[in-house]
Amino acid sequence: MKSEFTPPIGKISQINGQCISLVGNDIDTDRIIPARFLKCVNFDSLGESVFEDDRKTLKGQHPFDLEENKNATILIVNSNFGCGSSREHAPQALMRWGIRAIIGESFADIFYSNCIAIGVPCFTLPKNSIQDMQNHSFNKCLFLEIDMNNSSAKSKELNFDLEIKESARKMFLSGEWDATSALLENEKLIENKFHDLPYLKFNNQF
Amino acid sequence: MSKDTLFDKVWDLHKVSSLPGGSDQIFIGLHLIHEVTSPQAFGALKDKNLTVKFPSRTVATVDHIVPTDNQSRPFKDNLAEQMIETLEKNCLQHKIKFFNIGSGSQGIVHVVAPELGLTQPGMTIACGDSHTSTHGAFGSIAFGIGTSQVRDVLATQTIAMNKLKVRQIWCENQLSNGVYAKDLVLHIINKLGVKAGVGFAYEFAGPAINGLSMEERMTICNMSIEGGARCGYINPDEKTFSYMKNKLCSPKNEHWEKALTWWKSLKSDEDSIYDDVIKIDASKIEPTVTWGITPGQSIGINQQIPFLDELSPNDKLVAEEAYEYMSFKPGQSIKDIPVEVCFIGSCTNGRISDLRVAAKVLKDKKVSKNVKAFVVPGSEKVANEAKQEGLDQIFKDSGFQWREPGCSMCLAMNSDKLIGNQISASSSNRNFKGRQGSPRGRTLLMSPAMVAAAAINGKVSDVREFIN
Repeated sequence: MKSEFTPPIGKISQINGQCISLVGNDIDTDRIIPARFLKCVNFDSLGESVFEDDRKTLKGQHPFDLEENKNATILIVNSNFGCGSSREHAPQALMRWGIRAIIGESFADIFYSNCIAIGVPCFTLPKNSIQDMQNHSFNKCLFLEIDMNNSSAKSKELNFDLEIKESARKMFLSGEWDATSALLENEKLIENKFHDLPYLKFNNQF
Repeated sequence: MSKDTLFDKVWDLHKVSSLPGGSDQIFIGLHLIHEVTSPQAFGALKDKNLTVKFPSRTVATVDHIVPTDNQSRPFKDNLAEQMIETLEKNCLQHKIKFFNIGSGSQGIVHVVAPELGLTQPGMTIACGDSHTSTHGAFGSIAFGIGTSQVRDVLATQTIAMNKLKVRQIWCENQLSNGVYAKDLVLHIINKLGVKAGVGFAYEFAGPAINGLSMEERMTICNMSIEGGARCGYINPDEKTFSYMKNKLCSPKNEHWEKALTWWKSLKSDEDSIYDDVIKIDASKIEPTVTWGITPGQSIGINQQIPFLDELSPNDKLVAEEAYEYMSFKPGQSIKDIPVEVCFIGSCTNGRISDLRVAAKVLKDKKVSKNVKAFVVPGSEKVANEAKQEGLDQIFKDSGFQWREPGCSMCLAMNSDKLIGNQISASSSNRNFKGRQGSPRGRTLLMSPAMVAAAAINGKVSDVREFIN
């Protein structure tokens, strides 16, 4: 493992770092973190087990094992990344390995919202732009500067206009991606809803 | 944008506010928790000095890590024991109702909540598990969430979420004999693809859906997520209401009448607007089996594994990966592929009607000597009902092992796992690489009846040859 883990906190407007490419469609959360590693009551040690089975199969040649990638922070993936189980352990494992942003062709819904909830922005790009990025990062290290203000990514040679859900972009810029405090602010409205919902009037309560 | 669908109505009813970022704050009517995705959420509550807002709206059970052979405590697996203890402690501390092992109501969370009558039409239901979509079978809007959102539901009974689009999947005609809900949903995922549902709720409708029992409808909605849709639902009808009558937590007496009146008002309007509509002819579907590493890679029992040039450009990459991982060749028949393990269970197909169908195939037959076969009832209630009907004995006489309820080898968090590159015939929901506990294990998804047929012959078989 790398230097000590510090979670993202507060406003996220700029992410600069080296890219790591992982090629493949439909990479599911069982592959990102196999189920046996879910037997834990905290997320602390998940980083070292990210892609455990894929890495064992590739015997040191998996992108997450290559020496040149060890300081990478921006993950480049293809389509439907993070499909399958809702386990937040998957983005937690990626984040604890060192990933701070993900750029891909597309993401599964639950994985995407889990990433937002822990402060790891996910951006989308068309297939050919992703392939450009992946080819560049294979040939030599690709460093990107991601600017959340205008959803752009640039390197010395490349420029990309990234797509991100506007609600997510605003939350990262304001630092409210950890939704709890915004939700708590509407306590009165929540209580009104609790008293108004028809079915809560005719249901037995434990 | 969709308008006047059941999804729109339930969403609007539960909307608490529009959040500054543009997403909606949605009230969660029923929150289900289990041992795997909740401990970190309770930990986060403690760190933030928060309490559980409405403990009566959260219900717990234990399912993923429970052993299915010997459930005496402490569990042999220390980590599993630590997880159940943590859940017990959290439920006790926060006054959350917990259906523990031996309560008579423990089981897979998506089997337990409907059979207790907790799942009801018009509710929003969330759980830290992607198969929460199951509950949509009752006309609720139900979806999986991550642990941070479990924390938010515990603390506020709400989550922040962007409204989904709605796609209606209209299923015409009826399924033919020997073809089940599992075949229908595998077929739908194959036709639409595993990511078509991203950003959508799926409304399953049409004569074929109306013809399904409530348990079959749960199988359909359960696998919405395998098609990429976080949420899938079916408009409630008389079958829904009759299933719910007299369940432990269903409304009683005068409350029942009020509930019924309200539930009957809940459905998509005839002139409602969908973001997309797809039509499927259910009568053309054969018993369906997956051959690859995503639930979209399936074929009819009499078909051959597709060649690359038969697939769309987007499907080729993962097909090549699948040929290699599964050691199958394009053009090879799925029928007669030998299987080594047969598993009946899971939140997709571990209900009493699933066990009845499989037992009917197995009656007076023997499991092939080359096969390890076991059945894991979805809940203690399912197990008890099966025993009363003598199904356990039929399974045991055929050579199936009869186990205790839990998630078991669907995701192999307990000791039920494939070994090496074994091939399983499985009634579960995911055939991902390594899903069933061995990094090289291979999973063929199919209906419980098809698993029973495969167990008897020791190879992938057409169940219609057993029942016609």
